[in-house]
Amino acid sequence: MSNHLLSLAIWLPIAAGVIVLLTGSDRNAPLARMLALVGALAGFLVTIPLWAAFDPAYVGMQFVEFSNWIPRFDINYHLGVDGISMLFVILNAFVTVIVVIAGWEVIGKKVAQYNAAFLIMSGLMNGIFASLDGVLFYVFFEASLIPMYLIIGVWGGPNRVYAAFKFFLYTLFGSLLFLLALIYLFVHSGTFSILDWHQLSIPLGAQIWIFLAFLIAFAVKVPMWPVHTWLPDAHVEAPTGGSIVLAAIALKLGAYGFIRFSLPIAPDASHQLSGLIIALSLIAVVYIGFVALVQADMKKLVAYSSIAHMGFVTLGFFMFSALGVEGALVQMISHGFVSGAMFFCIGVMYDRVHSRQIADYGGVVNTMPKFAALFMLFSMANAGLPATSGFVGEFMVILGAVKFNFWIAFAAATSLILGAAYSLWMYKRVIFGEVANPHVAELSDINKREFLILGALALCTLWMGLYPQPFTDVMHTSVNELINHVNTPKIQ
Amino acid sequence: MFDNFVVPNLQPAAPEIFLVVMASAILLIDLFIKDSRRTVTFALSVLTLLGCAVIQFLTWTPDITYTFSNMFVDDQMADVLKLFLYLAVVMVLFYSRAYVVDRSEMNKGEYYVLTLFATLGMMVMISANNFVTVYIGIELLSLSLYAMVAMNRASLAASEAAMKYFVLGALASGLLLYGMSMIYGATGSLEITAIAEVLRNGGANGNLLIFGLIFLIAGMAFKLGVVPFHMWIPDVYHGAPTSVTLLIGSAPKLAAFAIVMRLLVSGLFPLAAEWQNMLIIMAVLSMAIGNLAAIAQTNIKRMLAYSAISHMGFMLLGIVSGVVGSVDPVTGDIIRDARFALNAYSSAMFYVVSYVLMSLGTFGMILLMSRSGFEADTLDDFKGLNQRSPWFAAIMMMLMFSMAGIPFFIGFFAKFTVLMAVIAAGYIWFAIVAVLFSLIGAFYYLRVVKLMYFDAPQDETPIAADADMRLLISANGIAVALFGLFPQVIMTLCAFSLLRSLTP
Repeated sequence: MSNHLLSLAIWLPIAAGVIVLLTGSDRNAPLARMLALVGALAGFLVTIPLWAAFDPAYVGMQFVEFSNWIPRFDINYHLGVDGISMLFVILNAFVTVIVVIAGWEVIGKKVAQYNAAFLIMSGLMNGIFASLDGVLFYVFFEASLIPMYLIIGVWGGPNRVYAAFKFFLYTLFGSLLFLLALIYLFVHSGTFSILDWHQLSIPLGAQIWIFLAFLIAFAVKVPMWPVHTWLPDAHVEAPTGGSIVLAAIALKLGAYGFIRFSLPIAPDASHQLSGLIIALSLIAVVYIGFVALVQADMKKLVAYSSIAHMGFVTLGFFMFSALGVEGALVQMISHGFVSGAMFFCIGVMYDRVHSRQIADYGGVVNTMPKFAALFMLFSMANAGLPATSGFVGEFMVILGAVKFNFWIAFAAATSLILGAAYSLWMYKRVIFGEVANPHVAELSDINKREFLILGALALCTLWMGLYPQPFTDVMHTSVNELINHVNTPKIQ
Repeated sequence: MFDNFVVPNLQPAAPEIFLVVMASAILLIDLFIKDSRRTVTFALSVLTLLGCAVIQFLTWTPDITYTFSNMFVDDQMADVLKLFLYLAVVMVLFYSRAYVVDRSEMNKGEYYVLTLFATLGMMVMISANNFVTVYIGIELLSLSLYAMVAMNRASLAASEAAMKYFVLGALASGLLLYGMSMIYGATGSLEITAIAEVLRNGGANGNLLIFGLIFLIAGMAFKLGVVPFHMWIPDVYHGAPTSVTLLIGSAPKLAAFAIVMRLLVSGLFPLAAEWQNMLIIMAVLSMAIGNLAAIAQTNIKRMLAYSAISHMGFMLLGIVSGVVGSVDPVTGDIIRDARFALNAYSSAMFYVVSYVLMSLGTFGMILLMSRSGFEADTLDDFKGLNQRSPWFAAIMMMLMFSMAGIPFFIGFFAKFTVLMAVIAAGYIWFAIVAVLFSLIGAFYYLRVVKLMYFDAPQDETPIAADADMRLLISANGIAVALFGLFPQVIMTLCAFSLLRSLTP
C-alpha cells in the first residue's frame, strides 16, 4: 500500500484537476468547487502516511518507486523522498487545500479552470519534490510553469499579461541551461539518476560550469538578487491563490534544487563559490529588506520580504553546517505558512476594498478586530518574533553564521530589525490609527471560511514556533548525510 | 532484341506502383463525378493511401533491397517514413475536406489527384538511391505543389505565392542538378551507394567534389527551407490556401529529411566534416532568423512559416552531430568518430516526425476555425478561443507548448533528444545557442496562448466543424500529449529503422 504513496500524491491531484475541468462552464461552479475541495483533501490525506510511516533514522530515500520510462536513455520513473523533500510534499498538499478554500467565493469566472490549474500544479510540484531522476525532475519543474502562467494571466490584475510573460520567460531561461547541465551529466555518466550523480567524481572545472548552470536555474526560481525582478510583478498581478502558491511552494523549488543538485553534485564548486552565494544572499537580506521598507503596495512589500527571507535560506545552505542547513529548511517551511498567510490577509482586505495600497487603509482594527489579531500574529512571524515559526529558522541560521564568520552573522541579523521595521510599520499603518475612509468604516470582519484558513495557518505558525522538534527530527538524518557528503571532496 | 531485358523486382516499389495506378484511375473516375459529389474522390484518395499503408506492411522485409538497377531502395527507414507519410497525408485530406468543399475553385478532382502525385513524389524521394531518382521525386512533389498553390485562381495572393514558389523552386532545382552533375564528374557515378564507395576508396577529384557538394546543399536547403534559402517559405505559407499550406508544412518535411539522409549520410558520408560545417551555419542562422522574425508576425500562417524555418534548423543540429572529427595526436590524420551517429540521426528523425505531428495539428486548427468565405489566419482570430470552445483552446495550447518545447509534450522530447546528440558530440556552444533561441521562440508561442486565454473574443461565432474533423483534431492534440508522456514508442521506432538502414 505504502509503495505508491508518492505516485498518488502526484497523480491524484492531477486526475482531480482533469475531472474538475470536465464540469465545464460556470453553470456548474458549485460542483467544480466541491470536486476541487474533495480532490485537494484527498491529495492531502495521501501525504499524511508519508509523515506517519517515515523512518527518521533511515539514511537514504524512502517510499521509493522505480519503473522504466524511457529505457533508451536510461530515464526512469524514479520517485522517493528523504527527510527534506517529504516535508515539502506535505506542505504543498496542505497549501493546495488552503488555496482551493481561499478561492471559494472570490473567483467567480472560469471556476473549473481555476481550480483545475491549482490542482494540476499541486501534482506537478509534488512530482518535483519526489523525483529522483534528472529528466523526471526537469519535466515536472518546467511543466509547472504552464498552470502558473495561466493563473497569473487569466485571473490576474490589470498588468497580468506582462507579469505572466515575465514569469514564464525568466524561469524558462534558467531552466533551459539547467537542462543542458543535466544532459552534460548524462553524457559523462551514462545515467540520469540523481543519486548516482551524487557519487560521481567530477573535475573541478566541470563542477564549476555545472554549478553555474544550476545556479542560474535555481537563482531565478528562489529568487536571488539580482534575478528577482519577476517576483514582485508576478505576486502583484497574481490572484490571491496564485500568490499563496508562488510564495509558499514555488519559491521553495529553487532552494530545494540547491539541496538536491548543486550541493551534492558539485560540492567542491559549492565550496569554491560559496563566497559568491553568501554575498548575493546578504544583498538579498539587507538591500531587499530596505527595498521592502519603502513599498506602498502591500503585496509588493510582502513579495520583497519573501526575497529577503529566501536570502536567509541560501545563506544557511552555503555555510555547510548542519545547523545552517536545518535552519534554512525550517525557514523555508515557516515561510510557506507565514507568507501564504500574509498574502491571504492582503487578499481578504483586497476583496473588500479593492486596493492594495497601504495609504488606502488605516484603522482597520475598529471594523475587523478578529482579522487584526490574526494579521498581527503573521506580521510578527514575518518579522521573526520568538515563539513564532519565523524566529526558529532565522535564529538557527544566525547561530550557524556566527560559527562561520561573525560579520556575516552580523549582517544577517540586521534582517531581524529590517523585518520588524517593514512588517510592523505596514501593520501599524494599515490596522491602527483613525478610520481612514468610508471604505474602511464599512468593512465586515472575516467570515468562517476566512477564519478557518487563517486559524489553520496560525496554528501551524505557533506549533513550529513553540515546538519545532517534530520538523527538525525528520530532517536530521538527511541533513547530516548531506553535510557529510558536501564536505567530502569529490575531486580525485 | 530484348534478350538483356530483365524484369526488375517490383515488390520494393509496390506501394508506389499502386499509388500511381490509383491516382491515374481517380483522375479518370473524377471526370464522371459532379462537383457536389466530390466526396467520392475524397474517399477514393483516402482509401488509396490506406491501401498503400497495407501494401507497405505486406511487402515489409527486414533487409535493404535495391531495385530498378539500384535506382530505388527499400529499407526500414523508408518503410517507417512512408507509413508516417501516409498518415500525414490522410490527415491533411480530412482536415482540408470542409475547407475545399466550401471553396468552389478548389473543389475539383485535381486537388485530390495532385495531393496523391505529391505523395508519390515524396515516396520516391524517400526511396531514392540515385541522383536522378532524387531529382524526379523532388520535381514530382514540387510541380504538384506549384499547381495546388495556384488552384485558387481568383486569389491574387495565391497566384503571387505560386509564382514565387515556382521561380525560386526552379532555381533551386537548377542548383541541385548542377551540384549533382559536378559530383558525377568527380566520382563517375550517379548512384548514391556507388558514390559512397568511390569516396571511401579516395578516388575522387577533391575540388570538384566540394563545389558539387556546395550546390547540392544549396538545393537541398531550399527544399528544407533553411536560411539562407528560406525566402519562399513565409510567402508561400501565407499566400497559399490554408489546406495547401497544411500539406506543404507537414509531410514534405519527412521527405526532405529522407533526402538529407540519402544524399549526405548515405552518399557523401566521407565528406561529413565538410557538409557538417555548412549545415551548422545554416542551422544556427535558421534558428536565429526563424525565431526572431516570427515574433513580428500578425498572420499566424506566416508566424508558423518562420517557426518552421527555426524547427528545421533545430533538426539540422541533430544531423550535424553525427560525426565528430578529431585529429589523431600521433599521425595527424583526422579521425572520424561515428559512435554517436545513430543517436544523432535518429534524434533528427524523431524531431521531424514530432514536428510533422504538431504542424498538422496547428494548421488543422486554423482550418477548423475557418469557414466558407472566412479565413482564420490572423493571430487576432484566436482571441478568446477559450470562451468560444475550451476544448479546442486546450488542444491549441498543447500544440503551442509542444512547439515551444515545454514538457509534457512531444516537442520537448524532440528538442531533448537533439540536444542530447549535440552535447554528446561535444558541441556545447551550439546547444546553448539552440536553447537561447528556443527561449526567444517560446515568446511567440506563448503569445498565441495569451490571445486564446487572456483576451476577450472578437467574434462569438461558435466553431462549426464536422464531427470527423473535431474527432481527428482532438486525436491529434491528445497524441501530442500522449507521446509526450510516452515518447519511447516513436523514439525507438526511429532508432530501430535507422539501425537497419544506415550503412556507413
